[in-house]
Amino acid sequence: MRGNHVVAEAAVRAGCRFYFGYPITPQNEVPEYMSERLSKVEGGVFIQAESEVASIHMVIGASMAGGRVMTSSSGPGISLKQEGISFLSALELPAVIVNMSRGGPGLGNIAPSQSDYFQATRGGGHGDYRNIVLAPNSCQELANLTYEAFNLADKYRTPVIILGDGMLGQMMEPVELPPEVQIKKLPHKDWTLTGAKGRPSRFIRSLILDPFEEEEHNWKLMRKYERIIKDETRWETSFMDDAKLVVVAFGIAARIAKGAIKRMREEGQKVGLIRPISLWPFPQKAIKELTKKVKHFFVFEMNMGQMLEDVKLALEGNGEVHFYGRPGGIILTPLEISRVISSYYYQKRLG
Amino acid sequence: MVIKTIFSGFGGQGVIMMGYLLATAGMYEEKHVTCLPSYGAEVRGGTANCTVVISSEEIASPVASEPEYAVLMNNPSLFRFQNQVQSGGTIFLNSSMIESRPIRGDLEIYEIPANDLAKQLPNNKVSNIIMLGAFIKKTEVVSLDTMTHALRETFGHKNPTIFKSNKTALLLGYDYLK
Repeated sequence: MRGNHVVAEAAVRAGCRFYFGYPITPQNEVPEYMSERLSKVEGGVFIQAESEVASIHMVIGASMAGGRVMTSSSGPGISLKQEGISFLSALELPAVIVNMSRGGPGLGNIAPSQSDYFQATRGGGHGDYRNIVLAPNSCQELANLTYEAFNLADKYRTPVIILGDGMLGQMMEPVELPPEVQIKKLPHKDWTLTGAKGRPSRFIRSLILDPFEEEEHNWKLMRKYERIIKDETRWETSFMDDAKLVVVAFGIAARIAKGAIKRMREEGQKVGLIRPISLWPFPQKAIKELTKKVKHFFVFEMNMGQMLEDVKLALEGNGEVHFYGRPGGIILTPLEISRVISSYYYQKRLG
Repeated sequence: MVIKTIFSGFGGQGVIMMGYLLATAGMYEEKHVTCLPSYGAEVRGGTANCTVVISSEEIASPVASEPEYAVLMNNPSLFRFQNQVQSGGTIFLNSSMIESRPIRGDLEIYEIPANDLAKQLPNNKVSNIIMLGAFIKKTEVVSLDTMTHALRETFGHKNPTIFKSNKTALLLGYDYLK
């Protein structure tokens, strides 16, 4: 299945019944698939809104009413949605937002790029907030994480961002899809606005004029984020046993890096890989932990060095960091990246 | 075993479809597959290519550094990919549309006049499937039976005549190379 179709199908199986979006390459297959799929399930709603701004606000509405809801877009469209994402965070509403990112800034191009890392992991909109950001690297993981994203969003009442890229969206791989959930069996939400018949009225708002109340609200969000950092940090390591140099890469770049490392391992170079799966919360501890054995880190991204900053923060000066990035939608081959890593490896006299 | 193949041509020549069919057939043979299409914003007339990796183990990278095989449908594709194919690799070229030949001496080259062969058939929009037939004959990446199965699954539910004409094209390409 194609990556974009995988996201859509996994979402429906996770109980998503509301999709609002606006077309943009390279994620157009998501609304394409959703328009047909949601028309065939009970209670399914698909709307192609008049703009990205409208679609994210429809997401707010559907989420407030208790539905499992998703929207998707790519770089420029996600920028337009930021206002709504900030509101979702303030209102503590669950939602899943998919970003199949492309070359930027501006309109950029439609080639795969990882340049939306900052936007995704730093909140992106105004105000003091964070989003859970998940970065899959294969169609199978795309299915699993999309499915999981709906549970995380509901559990913490927070928006979850799936940060893919054009390549992941277009790529086709065989996938084992998760089972379909029964909407009625999902945990009850005691905060939704569904009409106050027979119960006291509820209130969801983000305008809190009293600074003391707003501070309290911010602390509340903060405590939630601390819980997320504690429980939801995910990462994967490979080839780490005897590694002298660790490559740090996420998403599809990690996949290419893994190909490169396989090549280098064949030549006897001791290189390992750590792949953050949740970009926020970032696996800081896991990376810091590695410095007990390894001193050299090589960050590879398809941008000009964004996750690099998180790696440096995680290392706190323990360990030497080298960066190589290709922005603008360039896809490196494993051979090319292996040459760059290899020359650094020998430069540092590791082999 | 990891086999990487690049399909390349103009948008509209069925390049992505070739990749999709090969990946689907690989999947039916219980192998690990990835299929990575790449194309411009224009639907027809732009450049399109598609990388398929078929492997008996987990596939690290869906991007091919040095593919074993390249199936090239037009001149620009030949110029772009002839130097990427690994030494000892194989190029299948659509000789109806490619006048030049690779200058490298370390490649095996098969010429298939796919467009001319397609003109013999009632439905001539099948030059890609003819190439695919020739490709699986020489490479044996997947069997003819599995590929026919993949064709049936892909086209069968739309219109039986489309499946039939594609199957004819597959056999024509398969039998063209001895």
